[in-house]
Amino acid sequence: MAEYSALSLLRNALSGNKDWKPAWRKPAPKASYDVVIIGGGGHGLATAYYLAKEHGITNVAVVEKGYLGSGNVGRNTTAVRSNYLLPPNTRFYEHSMKLWENLSHDLNYNVMFSQRGVLNLAHTPAQFDDYARRGNSMRHQGVDAELMSIAEIKRLMPAIDVSASARFPILGGLMQPRAGTARHDAVAWGYARGADRRGVDILENCEVTGFLRDGDRVTGVVTTRGEIRAKKVAVAAAGSTGRVMQLAGIDRLPIESHVLQAFVSESLKPFLDTVVTFGMGHFYMGQSDKGGLIYGGDLDGYNSYAQRGNLPIVEEVMAEMVALFPSLASVRMLRSWAGVCDMSMDGSPIITAGPLPGMYLNCGWCYGGFKATPASGFCFAHTIARDEPHELNAAFTLDRFHRGTVIDEKGQGATPRLH
Amino acid sequence: MLLTCPYCGPRDVSEFTYQGDGNRQRPAANSQDLQAWNEYVYDRQNPAGDHNEIWQHSGGCRSHIRVVRNTLSHVVSSAIPVRGDTHRRATERRKPGAKA
Repeated sequence: MAEYSALSLLRNALSGNKDWKPAWRKPAPKASYDVVIIGGGGHGLATAYYLAKEHGITNVAVVEKGYLGSGNVGRNTTAVRSNYLLPPNTRFYEHSMKLWENLSHDLNYNVMFSQRGVLNLAHTPAQFDDYARRGNSMRHQGVDAELMSIAEIKRLMPAIDVSASARFPILGGLMQPRAGTARHDAVAWGYARGADRRGVDILENCEVTGFLRDGDRVTGVVTTRGEIRAKKVAVAAAGSTGRVMQLAGIDRLPIESHVLQAFVSESLKPFLDTVVTFGMGHFYMGQSDKGGLIYGGDLDGYNSYAQRGNLPIVEEVMAEMVALFPSLASVRMLRSWAGVCDMSMDGSPIITAGPLPGMYLNCGWCYGGFKATPASGFCFAHTIARDEPHELNAAFTLDRFHRGTVIDEKGQGATPRLH
Repeated sequence: MLLTCPYCGPRDVSEFTYQGDGNRQRPAANSQDLQAWNEYVYDRQNPAGDHNEIWQHSGGCRSHIRVVRNTLSHVVSSAIPVRGDTHRRATERRKPGAKA
């Protein structure tokens, strides 16, 4: 019987809820493991889970410098989508979407995945044409996409301003109906529990301060909880990738760390049952099941490792929200926070073996890492276990920049703050 | 965050445009060293701490500024014009006897 079920709920209720096991253990570090994963966020935990589940590698530790899920997996705006133009991205994110669709059952943990759709708004004829092209590219690859008219958009979101007198009038939109949202903390906890039950050690408050080396080869990590040897060391540190790789002597990467803010409003009655993005700036918003509007916009625009942002972006995001939904002008903002994003030079991720022998690297998620969590873990686990990439991450190499095979979804070039 | 433009004084960061890492060395225009070009275009030090970077006061005097800013605390320890730099480098590069 599954550990979490209606029956187990009933049984534990009858015994006064005293018999629940912690979702994951707090083990002491062992002296050595087959694989050590640096970073106890969504991607690191998913990697550990799929290493155990798909490849039978259970002698694994996930080391996390803070508490589990304290980084970007708990800081994002929870949107999940696969509406990309370029085939390597579309295929990868669609695989992720398929894993999302069965994730709660697979993990036996409710990640509250809700396929409420993601709608990109178009404000110019050229933008609408561009969306039609992207929609066609998606449908060619078996992903759902639908163009929406102004009337359909108004029916879906009665509060939106679709008038011709709006600052940027809306001409239509591209909808991915299977896209949606998930409860981000539950994703971290679910993967942690799934990995833990298969024998993976999750070591919290265990910061990596150096690497053990045998010549070029990486043979383990030095942590605040002692030295840990490992046959393979995998880095999944998102915004801190630069800091971790510096410890291994890699001082240049095609990555810049930037800060992205997010906001939540006071709770409202049901107002928006989809995720909507503004096309004449950078703004996206959804409504959580608790009623708070969750929204965000652009990066602050300069290198930063500080998990807090500045006021100009706050003002810009609020202005964009009110441009779309004038009725939200009087709604109060409840909280704001920020996360550090590993912005790559082409806006696409890196999942690869290397750059040193014994090392594996997963980074460059820009601000799209959350939706990639299942596929990222799946592909990274495959790369670690087999020492070769899965066909879905074969294009996400570290050397693609020097080889001229970049995957630049937006065509912005090597300007990370614009991806 | 405030940046101090050497010409205009302290101004809000929203007046400036970020031009990125100031450590990158652009190869000579006729260089055929692909590795050097690739490193210039794609590779970054991305430090957690003091970062040497270029900003343009695009909403003001439009001059380019070399700023040293801490990426953890946002404390700016120096902001000087880029202009002096490039003039000096151009003079250094000029062959002796060539016309100014």
